This record gives sequence, C-alpha cells and structure tokens, in this order.
Amino acid sequence: MSGGALAAAIGVLRRDLLLAMRRKSDALAPVFFFVVVASLFPLGIGPEPDLLRRIGPGVLWVGALLATMLSLARLFASDYDDGTLEQMALSPEPFVGLVAAKVTAHWLVTGLPLVVVSPVLALQYGLPADTIAVLAASLVLGTPVLSLVGAIGAALTLGVRGGGLLVALLVLPLYVPALVFGAGAVDANLAGTGAEAHLSLLGACLVIAAFFAPWAIAAALRIALE
Amino acid sequence: MLAASGLECVRGERTLFSGLSFAVAPGAGLLVQGANGAGKTSLLRIAVGLAPPAQGHVTWDGRPIRTLGEAYRREVLYCGHPNALKDDLTAVENVRAAAALAGRSITTAAARGALAQVGVAAAAELPVRSLSQGQKRRAALARLALGGARLWVLDEPLAALDASGVEWLAAAIDAHLAAGGMALVTSHQSLATRGALATLKLGA
Amino acid sequence: MSQRIVNWFRFSSPQSFYPLAGGMVPWFAAAAAVLAAIGLYIAFFVAPTDFQQGEAYRIIFVHVPASWMSMFIYLVMAGWAGIGLVLNSRLSGMMASALAPTGALFAFLSLWTGALWGRPTWGTYWVWDARLTSELILFFLYLGFMALQAAIDDARRADKAGAVLALVGVVNIPIIYFSVKWWNTLHQGASVSLTRAPTMATIMFTGMIVMVFAFWAYSIAVSLVRVRAIILERERHAGWVHELAGVAP
Repeated sequence: MSGGALAAAIGVLRRDLLLAMRRKSDALAPVFFFVVVASLFPLGIGPEPDLLRRIGPGVLWVGALLATMLSLARLFASDYDDGTLEQMALSPEPFVGLVAAKVTAHWLVTGLPLVVVSPVLALQYGLPADTIAVLAASLVLGTPVLSLVGAIGAALTLGVRGGGLLVALLVLPLYVPALVFGAGAVDANLAGTGAEAHLSLLGACLVIAAFFAPWAIAAALRIALE
Repeated sequence: MLAASGLECVRGERTLFSGLSFAVAPGAGLLVQGANGAGKTSLLRIAVGLAPPAQGHVTWDGRPIRTLGEAYRREVLYCGHPNALKDDLTAVENVRAAAALAGRSITTAAARGALAQVGVAAAAELPVRSLSQGQKRRAALARLALGGARLWVLDEPLAALDASGVEWLAAAIDAHLAAGGMALVTSHQSLATRGALATLKLGA
Repeated sequence: MSQRIVNWFRFSSPQSFYPLAGGMVPWFAAAAAVLAAIGLYIAFFVAPTDFQQGEAYRIIFVHVPASWMSMFIYLVMAGWAGIGLVLNSRLSGMMASALAPTGALFAFLSLWTGALWGRPTWGTYWVWDARLTSELILFFLYLGFMALQAAIDDARRADKAGAVLALVGVVNIPIIYFSVKWWNTLHQGASVSLTRAPTMATIMFTGMIVMVFAFWAYSIAVSLVRVRAIILERERHAGWVHELAGVAP
C-alpha cells in the first residue's frame, strides 16, 4: 500500500474509534449483551458445575457470536445514511483499504471487549485457568473472523428492510467454521487433548477471511451505493 | 474535459432519461435543471462513477471513467444531497477527515481557515449535531475552499443556504472556473455566477 | 465458426431466450417423468432387499440424488450469478434466481428423507451426522440467498447482491463441510452415520444414477418455467411482452 492509501485507511480507523468513544453506550452494548446471555444459560439449564463446565465453551462462543452479529447492523448504516460512505467510495485511495480499516475499528470496539470480558464469564462456568487462556486465544483469533464475515452480510443488506434478522440468516451459516474451531479448541483443552490443531485452523480461517472478505465487502458496498 | 454520450438511466421501472450527451470543457460549467424526480441526482451520480448508466458512458479527458478508476476520482470533488458530516464530530474534525479521504492531510489551522471562508468559523469546534441546517450545508461545502480537484460536482448546493451563502458559492465557482476548473451543478434556484453557465434541462 | 458464437450470444437477451426456453420445457419434463419412472421402478421392484436395513433403505434412491442435486444446483446457481456479475447480463442473474428455489427444495428433500430413513433404521429422526448437518447449512444458504433477493426491491441490485452472496457461499462451502466433518469426528458419542450406507450393488448405483438424471431433468424443466415467469415480470414494460399478451402497450 502506498503512503497515501495507508494514511487514508488510518484516518478512517481513527475517525471510527473517535466516534465510538463519543457514543460509549452504543459501543458497549454488545459486551453487555454477551454478559447477559452468558448469565441466562445457567438460569435455563441449572447450576450443576459439571454440566456448566461442559457447556461453557459452546455457550460463551455462541454468546460472543450473537453479540457480534447484533453489532453488525450499525457497521455501515450510519455512514450510508449521512453520505460519508459515498465519499469513501469516491476516495482516490483504494476502497478496499478503507473498508478494511472500518472492519478493524469494528473489531477493536466490539470484538476486543468481548475477549477482555470472556475470562470473567468463564469463571462463572467454572472453567480452569489454562482453559480460560485458550478461550481468550480462540476469541482473539475468532472475533476478527466474525467481524470480517459479518461485514459482508452487513454490506449486502445496507438499507434493505428486514435488516438485523436478514443479516443473521445470511451470516450465521458462514459463522459455522469459526464456531466449530473456536469452541472446539476450548473443548479440546478441557478434555486434555490439546487445542493447537483447532487454533491453527482458526488462524487459517482468519488469514483467508482477512485476504478475501474486504474485497467482497467493497463489492457489496458499491452495489448498495448504485 | 468531462464528456458523456448516450447516457440512459433507469430507476426501478421508469426510464428517467436516455440518449443524453453533454460535455464540460475546462473553464466551463454546466447547470442541470429539471423538475423533482427528473433524474438530476441520478445523472450526477453517474457522472461521478457511483452508479453505472444503463446505456452509454462517461469519459474524462477522452478515457472512460470506468477504466480510469482512481485517477478520475482524484480529480473530482462531489457534494451530494446528504452533507457527509458525522454528527458526533466537530466541523473541524469533519473537514480534516474529508481531506484525509481525498488523500491529503491538513492541519487543524487549515481546516479552520476553510470553515472561516464559508462563514462557520464560530461554530467550528462544536459537534455538527448542534449546527443549523444552513451551517451544516456550509460546513459540507468547506471542502471546496481546500481546492485540489479539477471537477466540482455539486448536487443542490444551495439548499438551506442564506443569501450570503449563495453569494459565496457563486464567487467560489467563478474563481474555480477562472482557474481552469470545471463544475457540474444541479439547482432549483438560479446560480448568479459572473460567467453564465450552460444549462441542461432534464425531463419533458 | 464465428457464426455459431454469434448465434449463442443471440440467446443471451431475455426476449430471444423466452421462446427457446418455452420450447425446451416439454422435452425436459418428459425426460424427467420417464427417468423418474424408471428410477423408482428400479428402487422399489428391482433392487434387492437389504440384509441389514430391510425395505426402509430404499429411500436412499431419493435421499442421495437429492443431496447431490442440491449441491450441484448451488454450484450452477453461483456460476450463473458470477457470470451475470462479471458480464453484467440480466439473463444470467435471472437464471440464478430461477434455480434457487429448486435447489432449496432438493436440500429440504434430502433432509426430510434423511429423517425418514433415520427413524426406522436408527430409531431417531435426526442425527448430527456430518453430511446431514452440512446439508442443513446448505439449506440455510439457499434460504439466505432467496431472502436477500426478496428483500431488495430493485431487480438489478438484487441480482448483484445475490451474486456476491452466492460466490461467498461457494467459497465457504468446502470450508464449512470440512469444519463440520472435523466437528463430527471429535464428538463421536452415539454416532449413527447415514454415510454408512449398505455396500453398493451395481443395480443400486444404477438406480441412483437414473434418479439423479431424473432430478436433473426436472430441475432444468422447472427452472426454465420459472425463468420464463421472471423474464415476463421483469420485462413487463417491453413491447414484445405486450404483443405476447395481446395487450396494447
């Protein structure tokens, strides 16, 4: 990337972070959702420690997944409404770079807090310390994948009625690999079989998503702007 | 030099216009007029490259804008209907962000200078949310004061502007054209520029 | 040689494809009926009763071809959608939209027959078998495609957005399938697998192939009918459509 392209992308990243700081309650909503959902499952299933330890990885991963999905609707919507998305599409700097910057900002604001909060929730499920570390690692690798793939869904449904539910229908099937490898990593650690294979596969998913998703997102945004 | 030939635009079920051709040479401006819904905004968006025409093509200095891509976008400054301002940022922050998108980084002082030129210096450090409609429009047009683009494409720039704002814009366009730039503008109101702009009427 | 190339492109406009499609439908419909009759005959009367599973296994003559078709149609659909996106041709996009409901139908049929097979054989209607689970996700991908196109009012935008989604889906399907297999092998538990089909006697394989072709002919016939309806709907303001309906424009 040439200097101008990088500078423009960093400009978009800083702008989005600045906006998130000014609307902290909006930015923290997904994290609160994650916490609430994680607390609902024991209420629905019962407090036996062994059962909770067994379902913990899956529940926490699904919770993080749903929290990310809920935040997707706002990813491009406000820029689309106030005309700044158009300006980004008209920028002489590569649109793909700007799009990648927006998704990075989304991850920093939504995904990273989920990672930070996850150890606390893992304690509620009685997961041991090293499992908690694997959980955090799986979320660090997995939440960017969720942001990248989810952004494709958000871009395709920009300005379309049916909004949030439609994004869910489009994006949840595509989330399956991340969920399988992510929750599987934590399960594997819990069972003592080692999480390296899962985490490697999750890392591979991240690399593939990081390379290809921005192009799909940019294409979908241009279609939405036509 | 911006040229369009055989442009056709279809929105939903209706053909807004077809077989439309025009050219804007350096130093010249084109004022697009027409009733509501005649396709003025659509025409501008096609000219700028946001939307593809159903038929026809747009060329810049003889080459199709589709192939030029970023080289064309570097020369264009587009002010659409929405102000392209983030409500939660101040006017200064918005101007600096817009410049960054255009590939230029400007200082806070330069941004304040641009805002002073459009007459919103007093409100420069306030979040855009708290500005009036007219002030927001002026802040949106502050990018014109930064210069750097040969082609200005402005969609209803006079909306919500008071008399002094209209005067400022007319003078700015005059200066831009005199320096060899080009302008493509839609407006319901007449634009009192010193040199007359060619007009293009859309719709029956 | 160049004449033939030109001839093919002539059919890429909805107006000229419409009558061509209409002419092809009866042939494919007839082929579908004949092949289905042969296939079902083989399935019910010719193929021997299975040693382990009794008569219930015969449902694989519908289940397996339906699975194959559901995956094949997704590829074809993504292919047409991709062509429509790259070449900016309307008819390709319409073809993709026409294929989707049929693909979804086969995915659903595969799931349903899988459940019907599971009940008498393994005692349960649903198993989280790798293939069934992948089939379920494929069904969701079809539903997503159809829902997205239904939600977007502008036909051209719906075509393009659907194309991006279908292409993203096509890239993801191998990854999803791999991850589901991975997941399945880790959680063996009470694994009953529908992949452990009875070893295939030639006659069973023949029966399944005949059913695949029957489904294929059916898909083509139904998709052509559907694309004709889509053409009429999209082009309803064009002169040739008015002439067709005998209505003055």
